[in-house]
Amino acid sequence: MEKFITLTDTVVPLEIENVDTDQIIPARFLKATDKAGFGENLFRDWRFDKDDNPNPDFPLNQSEYKGSILVAGNNFGCGSSREHAAWAIKAYGFKVVVSSYFADIFKGNALNNGVLPVQVSPEFLEKTFLEITKNPSIEIKVDLENQEISIPSTEISENFDIDSYKKTCLINGFDDIDYLVSKKDAIRKFEEKRKQNIQPATQV
Amino acid sequence: MKKTLFEKIWDSHVVESIPDGPDVLYIDKHLIHEVTSPQAFNELKERNIPVLRPDQIVATADHNTPTENQHLPVRDLLSRKQLKELTQNCEENNITLYGLGHPYNGIVHVMAPELGITQPGMTMVCGDSHTSTHGAFGTIAFGIGTSQVSQVFASQCLLVQKPKKLRVNVNGKLKKGVLPKDVILYIISKLGTNSGTGYFCEYAGNVFEEMSMEGRMTVCNMSIEMGARGGLIAPDETTYEYVKDKEFAPKGEDFGKMKAYWETLKTDEGAEFDKEYSFDAEDIEPMITYGTNPGMGIKITGSIPMEGGKSDAKALEYMGFKPGESLLEKPINWIFIGSCTNSRIEDFREAAAYIKGKQKAENVNALIVPGSRQVAAQIEAEGLRDIFENAGFTLRQPGCSACLAMNDDKIPAGEYCVSTSNRNFEGRQGQGSRTILASPLTAAATAVAGKLTDFTTQLN
Repeated sequence: MEKFITLTDTVVPLEIENVDTDQIIPARFLKATDKAGFGENLFRDWRFDKDDNPNPDFPLNQSEYKGSILVAGNNFGCGSSREHAAWAIKAYGFKVVVSSYFADIFKGNALNNGVLPVQVSPEFLEKTFLEITKNPSIEIKVDLENQEISIPSTEISENFDIDSYKKTCLINGFDDIDYLVSKKDAIRKFEEKRKQNIQPATQV
Repeated sequence: MKKTLFEKIWDSHVVESIPDGPDVLYIDKHLIHEVTSPQAFNELKERNIPVLRPDQIVATADHNTPTENQHLPVRDLLSRKQLKELTQNCEENNITLYGLGHPYNGIVHVMAPELGITQPGMTMVCGDSHTSTHGAFGTIAFGIGTSQVSQVFASQCLLVQKPKKLRVNVNGKLKKGVLPKDVILYIISKLGTNSGTGYFCEYAGNVFEEMSMEGRMTVCNMSIEMGARGGLIAPDETTYEYVKDKEFAPKGEDFGKMKAYWETLKTDEGAEFDKEYSFDAEDIEPMITYGTNPGMGIKITGSIPMEGGKSDAKALEYMGFKPGESLLEKPINWIFIGSCTNSRIEDFREAAAYIKGKQKAENVNALIVPGSRQVAAQIEAEGLRDIFENAGFTLRQPGCSACLAMNDDKIPAGEYCVSTSNRNFEGRQGQGSRTILASPLTAAATAVAGKLTDFTTQLN
């Protein structure tokens, strides 16, 4: 996995609440058996009309907005567990998603793909949307080491939470499989102990 | 220390804890399907890591499968490829697969419980957010992403932060015509779609104690729609009776031993929750949704709320509804009874009991999709097929179908569908489709009337 340390970039605002993973990547695009190509269908039904023409009102189609930071409304990524949503966001070129709330499964999926979900206060989010309206090419800085998000051209900044294990993974480019495979002995021991304590469930 | 049901199961599955980080949680059963597993198998192949415990994995084909002519090759080439990869991956890794046409095939959250694969006290995962369904058995069950599917393949474990504890109590007597689906839609309408984020929810109170296993599964299924990772209900005699004699349930002496353990799986008196809500059963009426998330629900006789922000206005515009509007008498052209929320035999019995001797309205396309081959066989055996077909309903073969419209079962753009599924997101049932979530009884009554009605006045 790619390492993540700090990032300063322009942003794309998506001022909609409860963006569900069906909107991020509609189910009809889930028939692929690899991880490639989801970026072109990111937010497909908001980005394009039914005749596949770009919708001029949608921020991803507006030339004033670009960059690798997506700033979205409250409760981003709710609904289906499809990791295709995280793949689509990453493939499109986003490295950070900022929101005042993330759904659990999406948050995990994003982190497992090196996309950093930064959860900010509702006040910070509101101020950020306001600054973007004033200046569409404003930059946001995300500093993972110091767990700080800021808008360098203003005084606006805030600290964000991330568990220290995940932070270490992102900074070093490790993933959970590496860690879990290294625990094989502990897992075997656990299985033995469990067999003695409780009858194992009937195997299928 | 006094512990909740959730803590008892969680703590007994922790291999180790990382300080200020997640737990390494052992997973008893891993369910997989064609849509979220191929990339996980590829990941393992690329890293040259074997599947650690193939005998703890069960696969089915459900999301992407046609509900007609299942004996023929699948027409959609991408779907066919995905199903073929599932078959190959299962063969290469010695994983049991109940593929299309197998007597045990069905929606993953319908087939596993009815085969006795789901048992109290287990940890279960699947690359599907509605894995929370299995919590009905007093099981920690939750949906995972594809990276996590590969982690479980590699280690039979997951790295997960222990969720906080939430309890929702519903006590009292449910009104006539109020089904488990109405209970959970009511709870979500009161709490909203992110109230459960970061929590695991225990449902308690006499309403859940008196529910059948099918009803409990409907409730736990939709836990994710309030953001909770999962929901669970303490196992009791209803649970043991259901599990007993199922294909893969422990038998004879083993069943007795397991039952003795399952009986310890209850929240201790005085155990603490981080958050708790209580509702009165008498306040619950048949529910419908009016917006584009499952929290936007009202009683069927109610009106759409007046206030709301930008996102609510966007939802109403998509649905073609106005603030303050009542949806009674609204013509409806589609109904769908199916999905992992409501496609078990009890759901079809409820619908059939209402439909018997009636006809669907002419404007309505009524689609009935059983959750599994076993449910389909029960529909046949109990004579429900004739009731549905005589009333003009279309009975299909099992699968996820119009719940997420990955196959050909789509609702046309702009049309309303009263659906027993779990999500009313924009385009969920097909591009431009408009979903109104409801119970099987509400869906059946809507099909007969051709519009939304207060059917409770017609119930005996």
